Amino acid sequence: MTGPLEAISPRDPAHGALPVTAMSSDRVAGFSRWLTKRPIGEKTVGIVVRSLSKKYGTFQAVKDVSFEVPTGQLVALLGPSGSGKSTILRIIAGLERAENGVVELTGEDATAIPTQNRGVGFVFQHFALFRHMTVRDNIAFGLKVRKLPKTEIKARVDELLELVQLSGYAHRYPTQLSGGQRQRVALARALAPRPKVLLLDEPFGALDAKVRDELRTWLRRLHDEVHVTSLFVTHDQQEAFEVADQVIVLNYGRVEQMGPPQELYENPRSAFVTEFLGSVNVLKGRLDSGGTVVAAGLPEPAVHLQGPGENGPVSIYVRPHDVELTHHRNGAPTWEGRISRITPLGGFVRVEVVLPDRTDVRVQITRDRFNELELNTGEPIFLVPKDLKVFFENEPNSYVI
Amino acid sequence: MTPDLEIRLPAEMMRTDAGSAEVGRSKTIGQWLLIGAVVGWFSLLVFIPLLALARRVLAGGCTPFLNALQEPEVRRAFGMTLGITALATVVNTIIGIAIALVLTRQRFRGRALVDGVVDLPFAVSPIVAGLMLVVLYGPSGWIGQWLEPRGLRVVYAVPGMILATLFVTIPFVVREVVPVLQELGDEFEQAAYTLGASRWQTFWSVTLPSIRWGIMYGVTLTIARSLGEFGAVLVVSGNVIGHTQTATLYIHEGVESFHPEGAYAASVVLAAISFLLLVGMDWIRKHLEFREGSSS
Repeated sequence: MTGPLEAISPRDPAHGALPVTAMSSDRVAGFSRWLTKRPIGEKTVGIVVRSLSKKYGTFQAVKDVSFEVPTGQLVALLGPSGSGKSTILRIIAGLERAENGVVELTGEDATAIPTQNRGVGFVFQHFALFRHMTVRDNIAFGLKVRKLPKTEIKARVDELLELVQLSGYAHRYPTQLSGGQRQRVALARALAPRPKVLLLDEPFGALDAKVRDELRTWLRRLHDEVHVTSLFVTHDQQEAFEVADQVIVLNYGRVEQMGPPQELYENPRSAFVTEFLGSVNVLKGRLDSGGTVVAAGLPEPAVHLQGPGENGPVSIYVRPHDVELTHHRNGAPTWEGRISRITPLGGFVRVEVVLPDRTDVRVQITRDRFNELELNTGEPIFLVPKDLKVFFENEPNSYVI
Repeated sequence: MTPDLEIRLPAEMMRTDAGSAEVGRSKTIGQWLLIGAVVGWFSLLVFIPLLALARRVLAGGCTPFLNALQEPEVRRAFGMTLGITALATVVNTIIGIAIALVLTRQRFRGRALVDGVVDLPFAVSPIVAGLMLVVLYGPSGWIGQWLEPRGLRVVYAVPGMILATLFVTIPFVVREVVPVLQELGDEFEQAAYTLGASRWQTFWSVTLPSIRWGIMYGVTLTIARSLGEFGAVLVVSGNVIGHTQTATLYIHEGVESFHPEGAYAASVVLAAISFLLLVGMDWIRKHLEFREGSSS
């Protein structure tokens, strides 16, 4: 799983109204040139991580992790807490030392380079703004330590203040700003010294839901305009999907799978990825020697396979919107159940169905389809799975279909 | 609502809370008794003794008081005290910050031991501290018997008094700075590293400004204690008038020799300096907290 992430997922251009859009396009282009300042056409990979391992005492936090982040992309490291994602980010920044492995930044081996000279911008979850400095001094910090001329520093800080839409706040102290504003200052501060790569550690984790949502979309817009190679850590699947070009899913310190968000969602290669990315129904079942998967306690086969020789207990994963509801059998493999609960959720309706073996299956259908079917609690109903994933139960990484 | 209003809200709320407690509810007899007891106890122990001293000193008007302070003995004793205080404060501030940084940022064998030993000067009686120095540096002490023949006098001389003052004032800066460093964490320093700052630049521009209030407080306590130190200095000084006599030793001698005018005058000056130190400290602290809106 070390291949470069190639494809770029199509982006929905219709994100909500954003501060960045207020800027004229040539100004933005200027920023992007200024921030990257790299010869056009140079082909290097932004971040390369090879065979990274890290232990804390006896706890193996990172196990043989390898991946690449192509130049100019925004990639998410997604995983539950304790999956090693923050540790990997901190190793890339040089804030932690790995026992094994190599970190390359824009084609240069950075493994032995101290943090100060790596040219990384780092955004912390709790902002880490210097409390005794104004917004201007915070952003200027990385330029001042490089002893740049004062006029140059001032000009650059002004540009960045405008970029993060905080021009009127230059003389405030961090404690006089809201959480979202603080995180924008932190971002400006990290971008000021023109980093090779930008690393963000749960950048929206300390913000409330509404601000988080706005800042997420804003970050995506900002990245589309400044194109600095970025890697961000999150435990929020939706956040990763909304913001990132590519997603790297981590579990127990290992890379489970990586790729564009849609590809991960449609073709998860392990039970973990299937369960972690969005809600899913899990049914117990068996794969028999004839290549038929049968859900436990159900008379009908769920699906016929082109016979992989093995057989054994399997888990069947079905997403709520991948199930069709009908009143009549139509020839396709069908499970019969009884409607236990109907929950209208705005544009769609969630229908919970109990199968004969008491397994609950959640189904999500559109409001129109719901009205068409005229469903009522307690009624019998047929479930037609349109798409399902099957994994062997004792080897959750071996994908059956 | 302007952002300004939003930010000051917590302070505003605290103020109205306190106000409503005073205006809204009338106090019960129990509450009045409690307040009376606190004020009374404080008066008995602090205010009345202070007043008594001031009254005794200024009984004959200001002129005798000022004359007493003009005495060469008094002036030399204060000169000695201020010199030792300045030296002890500078040394223990630098060493104290270093110890605090090591205790909070480094993990090493024996860290707990160092952590505990830092408090030793609090626990040990100053007179015992002085005695420890005499045993070590005295004419027949481990180091003293080696130093004396070379003409280096430590005990019953100024170096011993400096050492004694250094010993008793070690914990102040350390104890004020350690909790501030712990609360601060190392994320700010890491942020500075990622921005390209060296360790030295990070220390001066990030760590030091973040802990400056802890340092200031520790420095104030160090100064106050150095000015007032008596026991440890008494043991090691030999109390040679005009040579190894500090302000506190002068006061001690004045009281003993039944010529207490100078002693009283010197006492009032010492008390006044300590009082000003604490008030000034408090004032600056509040002033800067307001400007930065920060609570650390």
